[in-house]
Amino acid sequence: MVRAEYRPYFLLSPALISLALLLLAPVLFIFVYSFWLRAANGQDIPAFQFGNWITVGGDPFYWLALRETFKISAITTVICMLVGYPTAYFLARCRFNNKALLLFLLFLPFWISYIIRTFAWINVLGKSGFVNSVLLGIGIIDKPLSLLYNDFSVIMGLVYFQLPYMIINVYVSLDGIDRNLESAARTLGCTAWQTFREVTLPLSLPGLGAGSLLCFVLAAGSFVTPRLLGGTDTLFFSQLIYEAIISQLDWPTGSVLSLMLLLSLGIIVAVYNRFMSLSDIYRSFAK
Amino acid sequence: MNAVELHRITRRFSSAVVAVDNIDLTVPAGAFVTLLGPSGCGKTTTLRMIAGLETPDEGDVMIKGNRMNEVPIHRRNLGMVFQNYALFPHKTIYDNVAFGLKYRNVGKDEIRRRVKQALDIVRLPGVEERFPAQLSGGQQQRIALARALVIEPDVLLLDEPLSALDANLREEMRVELKNIQRRIGVATVFVTHDQGEALAMSDLVVVMNKGHIEQMGAPTEVYEQPRSEFVASFLGNANFLPATVRQVASDGISVDLGAAGALLVSDAARPVSPGEAVKVVVRAEKIDIAPPGNGGLSATVADVDYLGSMARYQMELPGGHRLLSLVSLKDRALELGQSVSLQINPRHCRIL
Repeated sequence: MVRAEYRPYFLLSPALISLALLLLAPVLFIFVYSFWLRAANGQDIPAFQFGNWITVGGDPFYWLALRETFKISAITTVICMLVGYPTAYFLARCRFNNKALLLFLLFLPFWISYIIRTFAWINVLGKSGFVNSVLLGIGIIDKPLSLLYNDFSVIMGLVYFQLPYMIINVYVSLDGIDRNLESAARTLGCTAWQTFREVTLPLSLPGLGAGSLLCFVLAAGSFVTPRLLGGTDTLFFSQLIYEAIISQLDWPTGSVLSLMLLLSLGIIVAVYNRFMSLSDIYRSFAK
Repeated sequence: MNAVELHRITRRFSSAVVAVDNIDLTVPAGAFVTLLGPSGCGKTTTLRMIAGLETPDEGDVMIKGNRMNEVPIHRRNLGMVFQNYALFPHKTIYDNVAFGLKYRNVGKDEIRRRVKQALDIVRLPGVEERFPAQLSGGQQQRIALARALVIEPDVLLLDEPLSALDANLREEMRVELKNIQRRIGVATVFVTHDQGEALAMSDLVVVMNKGHIEQMGAPTEVYEQPRSEFVASFLGNANFLPATVRQVASDGISVDLGAAGALLVSDAARPVSPGEAVKVVVRAEKIDIAPPGNGGLSATVADVDYLGSMARYQMELPGGHRLLSLVSLKDRALELGQSVSLQINPRHCRIL
């Protein structure tokens, strides 16, 4: 029999062991790799030196790529907020009596492989794709727009992928707001819009915050979307890691790049958490 | 001028569900009016129509003589207190109480003065900087009351404000709420399903059932002179005896109870004539118990429920009908199977 104080660890052990083996160990390997030396013949030599870190850290190209990645991630996150919030509001407030069905529809696309769904955008945005055909057909444009293989198509694909995550987070938050709070604000003299500003929006911020963080992290770490929908000038950090490790077989540099992305995201999440913990207090008050 | 008048108000949720059906109601200035009824009787919908949170399908809502149907909620100048307090969890107590004043363009200093005054009225000074979650349920309800009163509303609307509190606190808040209301003199509409609250607090009790008003009157009136079986059974513990009218005379109406005997009744909800089948209401606490052979109805004790200060008896009459009797105990409780005589004063019976 397991002693009571160890029982939580016992119950958590499958999860902890898989996390350790599948996540922690590879990250440690990467960490170790980042100090290895890459010989002229392409061989990796075990070593402990900071040459890779200094080379990568001193190369403005990588910093530019990191900035670009975060910029595109931020743009998609903001678009997800703007598109997702009204949708979530509708879901939370509509009088449709089968909300489970609506939520089911929201996640229906997840039944199809992410890669196939991403490929589908090529048919939508391509030179002879749906959008261009329609626009050409009704005569708004006379030659196809370049909608594919640029930042626009990457943002499109990312928003499409992330939107359900944003919507569900905001929905849960909005659904948990006591409707009497809104009635109370109305009786105290608020118009519907003022009520939204004073009560509904502040109380849904935790959901919006959580959804945004999730969207941002998902976007910044994404690989398939920029790979399939991005152009040659699309600077997505995951692409650089792929280039380094798979194309150039340069594991030490790839390791440094991986850790660089991981650490930057870690810092962003930590800063964000500090900032958002205020809203968590709101959430506990709302109960 | 009357604070609120409802003229033939109807609210349908669908063609089949009529929440409020053609109701007329008047709340005089300064009065405490209670809408009492079981859940689903339309009392909350009626309150929400006064507030503007529901729109009547038919009829007029008048507040201080002005028709309010098309006036949006935020222009109605009403104070409303909700069952679950509905304090803004993300705002301090000060900001909660000041909320209504802020939207009435009251100056900063004036707001500060009036918030302080409101918190004094509900006897919670000094909590301005706290958040609602840091206060107990009773304190939160006081803040909700302060928030509703600080705007000096034309009408105070209370939607079951006490039912989320535990029993002791509920009684305390009931007294306090009534005192504050009397002191400020604001016309109040109070919704509850608790007959005790309704009888103790109200100037006027409106008993509602299935979207209709069953009876409206002072607490003693609805209790002593129920107009229907519903009202009699909803308020207090009432017995209903099936009877036949034998004779209508100036000193009362005598009715035949079959095998149980006869009874003299001095009060009737409607005119009756001999031979008519009626029901006689007898309040459980108004039956006096005497040793057998002292006149009145003879009965046997069929069930005893000992409650300490009181006893609740089921008295079986010849013919099998049972009467509930509530007696405060000075001596020992009666025993099962004991024969007794039930004395019922004609003034305490009423024909429906």
